[in-house]
Amino acid sequence: MKLTLNVWRQKGPNDSGHFETYHTDKVLPEMSFLEMLDVVNQDLIAEGKEPIAFDHDCREGICGTCGMMINGVPHGRQIAGTPTTTCQLHMRFFKDGDTITIEPWRAKAFPVLKDLVVDRSAFDHIIQSGGYISVPTGAAPDGNAIPVPKPKADYAFDAAACIGCGACVAACPNASAMLFTGAKVAHLAALPQGQAERYDRVLRMVDTHDAEGFGGCTNFAECEAVCPKGISIDVIAQMNRDLFWANLTRSQPKAKKESH
Amino acid sequence: MASATDKNEFFTVAAEPQVNSNIPPGPLAEKWTQHKFNMKLVNPANRRKHTIIIVGSGLAGASAAATLGEQGYNVLCFCYQDSPRRAHSIAAQGGINAAKNYRNDGDSVYRLFYDTIKGGDFRAREANVYRLAEISSNIIDQCVAQGVPFAREYGGLLDNRSFGGAQVSRTFYARGQTGQQLLLGAYQALSRQIDAGTVKMFPRTEMLDLVIINGKARGIITRNMVTGKIERHVGDAVVLATGGYGNVFYLSTNAKGCNTTAIWRAHRRGAFFANPCYTQIHPTCIPVSGDYQSKLTLMSESLRNDGRIWVPKTPGDKRPPHQIPEDERDYYLERKYPSFGNLAPRDIASRAAKEACDAGRGVGPGGLGVYLDFSDAIKRLGRQKIEERYGNLFEMYAHITGEDPYVTPMRIYPAVHYTMGGLWVDYNLMSNITGLFVAGEANFSDHGANRLGASALMQGLSDGYFVLPATMGNYIASEKPEKVDINHPAFAEAEAEVVERTKKLLSINGNRSVDSFHRELGKLMWDNCGMARSDESLRYALSVIPKIREEFWQNVKVPGEGEELNQELEKAGRVADFLELAELMCIDALHRTESCGGHFRIESQTEDGEAKRDDEHFTYVAAWESTGVGKPPVLHKEPLNFENVQLATRSYK
Repeated sequence: MKLTLNVWRQKGPNDSGHFETYHTDKVLPEMSFLEMLDVVNQDLIAEGKEPIAFDHDCREGICGTCGMMINGVPHGRQIAGTPTTTCQLHMRFFKDGDTITIEPWRAKAFPVLKDLVVDRSAFDHIIQSGGYISVPTGAAPDGNAIPVPKPKADYAFDAAACIGCGACVAACPNASAMLFTGAKVAHLAALPQGQAERYDRVLRMVDTHDAEGFGGCTNFAECEAVCPKGISIDVIAQMNRDLFWANLTRSQPKAKKESH
Repeated sequence: MASATDKNEFFTVAAEPQVNSNIPPGPLAEKWTQHKFNMKLVNPANRRKHTIIIVGSGLAGASAAATLGEQGYNVLCFCYQDSPRRAHSIAAQGGINAAKNYRNDGDSVYRLFYDTIKGGDFRAREANVYRLAEISSNIIDQCVAQGVPFAREYGGLLDNRSFGGAQVSRTFYARGQTGQQLLLGAYQALSRQIDAGTVKMFPRTEMLDLVIINGKARGIITRNMVTGKIERHVGDAVVLATGGYGNVFYLSTNAKGCNTTAIWRAHRRGAFFANPCYTQIHPTCIPVSGDYQSKLTLMSESLRNDGRIWVPKTPGDKRPPHQIPEDERDYYLERKYPSFGNLAPRDIASRAAKEACDAGRGVGPGGLGVYLDFSDAIKRLGRQKIEERYGNLFEMYAHITGEDPYVTPMRIYPAVHYTMGGLWVDYNLMSNITGLFVAGEANFSDHGANRLGASALMQGLSDGYFVLPATMGNYIASEKPEKVDINHPAFAEAEAEVVERTKKLLSINGNRSVDSFHRELGKLMWDNCGMARSDESLRYALSVIPKIREEFWQNVKVPGEGEELNQELEKAGRVADFLELAELMCIDALHRTESCGGHFRIESQTEDGEAKRDDEHFTYVAAWESTGVGKPPVLHKEPLNFENVQLATRSYK
């Protein structure tokens, strides 16, 4: 296959960045999208140029490291026709002669570090502000002590399947991370173990979400459409319900933890 | 000892092995409890005065960091990924073993212990494995309390499935994403400690050297992968939880970033490397499709619960699978191992697949594949049930191959998956370097010569949540590490070496990319030190590796600069270390003339092609001491004493 690639190149966080065009004729339909980039990079290295920097690791769609805008859509979702990560998008979905535009995630809270690599530490900060159950190691009762109805457990799993790739933010016109935040809130709120901290958790996580520079949700649902794990925007509704209740019952504004 | 194991031109043997396993005395079942009681403690108020460096944030690293932080230590945690949530533990699919006996099918701590010892082909320490089995139940409790959404039954209780090498159902799972859910549990516990200020996290940071002061591990040298800055970090102890080294084969199921650098640098500083040749080749992976291939994808072993493995009986039968009638199919695992059938352990299932393909009965392009067929299970249970159990795996398979496994049988082939070898540690998980602890896949401790499915997650979390937090306190309390800071000359010296090495890599400016060297090494290792090894193949590899290494240091091309995000530089450093490790793996494989578990020497097999152990000469752990690059390492033998289990021929028939 012959392809033309328009790729975002940016030397570092302070560089303004620009598109560069590359041609390749070494692409096979069996390759993954990242393997196609590997091939392009090997040629760039041979020509004495700097290869395109992009984040990737497991290459099996679970670590959430990879992610890029492919023809304007996170992970090339529109090309695969089904939810996918970039590493699981295969070249058989492209046609000989196609032109592909590749960009990094675009969001204020995800500054570009180099080329297609962005800084997603804002996601970690959201989890650090309550996206957990406070249970010290060794303090747990028997695993079967608290039954969890299967539908609840399944719902919790569906929400917990989030891989933290950031496609939801990249797809959102508001660069909102409500799907990401809602997924963790909904996961823990569905389980009996998560009840003790439920309302404090949602307040803190949403506060951090806003402080990190993510926008609000205005129900475009673009996030759900591109989510590689098919997480439903129901989790945002769940989060908003918990947030409403938390705000009603919060006795006094909780001092916000130092922002990171 | 026989002369075969004593030495050859590639290595020497230590007259007085310096490996004391420090296994506590007493009956097997009481060792850990008694040991915990005998260990010294650190007063909670004093813990924050002690800094512990943890490298790696997978199941072992994250759970250790979270727990030690929670106990009050000052923890510094490092990972090369952009977030600790991405460590490759996340990709583990099938499940985690625990001796809960919730099924009432005869499981017990002792049975899990026995299965693991036998699964490891009697090449692991009894005491370590027993402790692992003992702790397994606590892990499940801990994870449930953290909110890990394990699979449940309609009554609300935890569900189990079966796994290879066991005849009980003791595997807990979260669909096909168990590793993800366990890692996120540990990541969340870690996040809680980061929020509490007890753990400081350093993502996108790679450890490039270990700093030893007065014989004790006291710090590390790191490179900030965004700015390129080389930094020094000091602590009272160092924990390496940096995973396995399967990527020495280039193609493996490991993440692209998985590497040996942290443990290899520690090895070069004196830490013994144990059983480096014990490599697990996983039987069910998606076959290689071309030269561009960058990694291999595992299809969980749990699929063998319902999938049946077969090849055509006639060599060269090219008919599509559904046209091959039942009586012309060879369900070779069911035929050869009737009592374990498709759930034979990994090493055995892999070799059987290789054997079928070598006999010309393989399927798919190049004949390097066997069928994993679900049609019977779909007929019996319905598509919905299969979807529930393995939905995400089927989806992944369809994504990669473009074929629908609900309709056409999967094609699978063995691939490098896990490394049982790793840095040598004693019962306390401390290496022979005082103050250097090693956890998870990075150590060698619990799986012998072959790891059973769903045991890696168990070991990582056992080490991190329960073992290290106990033994670390004892170390700090008894050693009372003296005060040092990053201005100590040992830091300056280690840093200078790292800077020099980085400069060298960038200055060679040769004609070949890092990847081309890595692929060359990988293919050499797969062909000569892979599923089957021989004296001839290993000697051949040992003659080629130094040449590749030499060319690497003269002809590699690493574009860009050191003081920036430079992925080629990162890869170059890792491949340079793989080029040294590969040699040690081959030396170890050459010296161990027996077959055991994942280490199959074609010279040592039974009449029906099974691995033949040589207990008389090889019932020991091979711990290797480095004497420098390309120089013969020194072998320290730690004898394995079986006091509770009788050494037996491992049979799954």
